[in-house]
Amino acid sequence: MTDVLAVADHRRGELRDVSYELITAGRVLANDTGGDLHVAVISGTVDEFAEKCNREGVDAVHTVEYGEEFDHGVYTQTTVQLADELDPQYVLLPNSVNGLDYAPAVASRLEVPIVTDVVDLESDGETLIATREMYGGKVETTVELGSPAVATVRGAEWPAAEGTGDATIERFDVDIDEDALGATVNGFEEVAGGDVDISDADVLVSVGRGIEEEENLEIIRDLADALDATVSSSRPIVDNGWLPKNRQVGQSGKVVTPDVYIAIGISGAVQHVAGMKGSDTIVAINTNPNAPIMDIADYAIHDDLFDVVPALTEQFQ
Amino acid sequence: MKILVTVKEVETVEDEFEIEGIAIADRYLGADLNEWDDYAVEEAVQLKEAGIADEVVTVTIGPGDCEQTIRQALAKGADRAIRVWDDALEGSSLLDVGVKTELLSAVVEDEEPDLVLTGVQSDDDSFGATGVSLADAVGYEWAAVVNHLEHDLEDGVASVRRELEGGVEELTDVTLPAVLTIQTGINEPRYASLRGIRQAQRKELDVQDLAALGVDEGAVDSALELTAMYEPESESDVTIWEGGTEETAGKLAALLREKGVAL
Ligand SMILES: Cc1cc2nc3c(=O)[nH]c(=O)nc-3n(C[C@H](O)[C@H](O)[C@H](O)COP(=O)(O)OP(=O)(O)OC[C@H]3O[C@@H](n4cnc5c(N)ncnc54)[C@H](O)[C@@H]3O)c2cc1C
Ligand SMILES: Nc1ncnc2c1ncn2[C@@H]1O[C@H](COP(=O)(O)O)[C@@H](O)[C@H]1O
Repeated sequence: MTDVLAVADHRRGELRDVSYELITAGRVLANDTGGDLHVAVISGTVDEFAEKCNREGVDAVHTVEYGEEFDHGVYTQTTVQLADELDPQYVLLPNSVNGLDYAPAVASRLEVPIVTDVVDLESDGETLIATREMYGGKVETTVELGSPAVATVRGAEWPAAEGTGDATIERFDVDIDEDALGATVNGFEEVAGGDVDISDADVLVSVGRGIEEEENLEIIRDLADALDATVSSSRPIVDNGWLPKNRQVGQSGKVVTPDVYIAIGISGAVQHVAGMKGSDTIVAINTNPNAPIMDIADYAIHDDLFDVVPALTEQFQ
Repeated sequence: MKILVTVKEVETVEDEFEIEGIAIADRYLGADLNEWDDYAVEEAVQLKEAGIADEVVTVTIGPGDCEQTIRQALAKGADRAIRVWDDALEGSSLLDVGVKTELLSAVVEDEEPDLVLTGVQSDDDSFGATGVSLADAVGYEWAAVVNHLEHDLEDGVASVRRELEGGVEELTDVTLPAVLTIQTGINEPRYASLRGIRQAQRKELDVQDLAALGVDEGAVDSALELTAMYEPESESDVTIWEGGTEETAGKLAALLREKGVAL
């Protein structure tokens, strides 16, 4: 019981980046335990996925042919059966939206503890030491747990595994209990379309919950007009219905890479940062000098947006 | 139909704070109803108003101090509340997903709801795992990160949308009984009315300990132990502009001009 089992993540025919990051995280952990790294690819074009997952450090890839897209029942049953067969010390799953939809069920069925959204992992062979954030990234913590265990890995924390490995690629014959599949996926829909594409903009004036009221958006629009820029936002602004979904930057919105991104009253939660960290120059206007957005900002003003934004607009009129 | 909503009182942190040992010092902490749970309560109350649900019950694991927060859900229209707590839970550094699952399962088995609504995650320790873990433990179906629920719930099926990454939604049918983890934006949570707040004071708030739930003390030992807390090391090389508003706005304007903005 020293092996590590990682399960790849894919959607609509594409392996998602976190799959390669899981391989890196899994290899590091397997070095700690002295075991092998197994990777499972479940559903879809598994042979193609298996070739892609055969990167340096992978000892075995298990392919499971069953359906096309993610189905949490299939993923849960398969991961549990693989774990029963391989007896891994650690099961590593992605902390993606699909990971959230089956990792806790895998842990529950294996009757082992789960630690989620980890940004670092280490094992002394018995105890797993996981690093994770709390309070929206304001603090980092370490938590310790015994083995075996399930951990879900935050995206973009580990580098993607590279090179070509010499893993064995084997078919795993899964025995799916179809009567137990109580959720049916009927399709997908793109919801962030419409009149503007914020990912085309060179300059984004992006507003967050610090704006407080819908009426106050006026000062943001004035600034965007003065700068000939496009307005975007964090999630709460869209949740409140103040701006349409196509303006949302982040994990569940758009990924943007403008020349200049001005974050106004945005704290910089990980799901927001996922959508804008590739911007060329990031400016933050925030009253809180400890807001996580400061970690990725190039320039910052620690001041009230209701003072700074009008003053800035004036400079361009 | 009965709906059970899990609601958590979360800790909020002031902008400036200090860590003492493995916790943020009490004087910098406040309390609030978890943002995601506020949306879950609203969804349940709307199902009741639509005549689909007959009863909305909330359940919270937490000490007596959190009753004010629980009453917020009652003021918004939940019918009654359950609060689970026990001396055996006192002093634990972290209630992990396994412990919460154990306790909430016992409540689900007592209440036998048709639908359980949880938040996607709690704002403070953000495991994002309790709902799906609970579903599996009690043998219910589930769906995580739900941002739309069809309110007819016809033929014992919940038609939902799951919000995936990148502006894509998954359309899924879930067989009841089920647990749905609710995403923000699914509805517009109401403010409690004065009448609601008054009524909430008279609604039943039932406190249950381990014995009442029939859960062993051994089952509530957290498998996860919190061993350190610190402020994350900043890798940032941010330039902070100091001075009055005119000055800082002037510096930002100069930078923007240098970058060719608004030329
Ligand atoms: C599955 C999932 C997906 C998600 N997807 C996304 C996503 O795609 N995009 C996204 O943005 N979020 C997403 N989130 C939500 C995310 O976790 C945060 O809740 C959200 O990003 C917070 O938005 P915010 O920064 O505007 O608000 P807050 O975190 O509330 O921050 C407000 C900020 O404004 C500052 N402020 C307040 N008043 C002033 C003032 N007068 N002047 C200056 N500054 C002020 C405060 O200091 C604070 O830093 C997702 C969450 C989950 C669980
Ligand atoms: N102590 C608690 N009491 C009641 N519900 C909880 C508690 N902790 C978590 N939950 C529920 O589980 C959801 C996800 O929490 P978590 O898995 O801790 O991120 C929350 O939105 C709540 O609905």
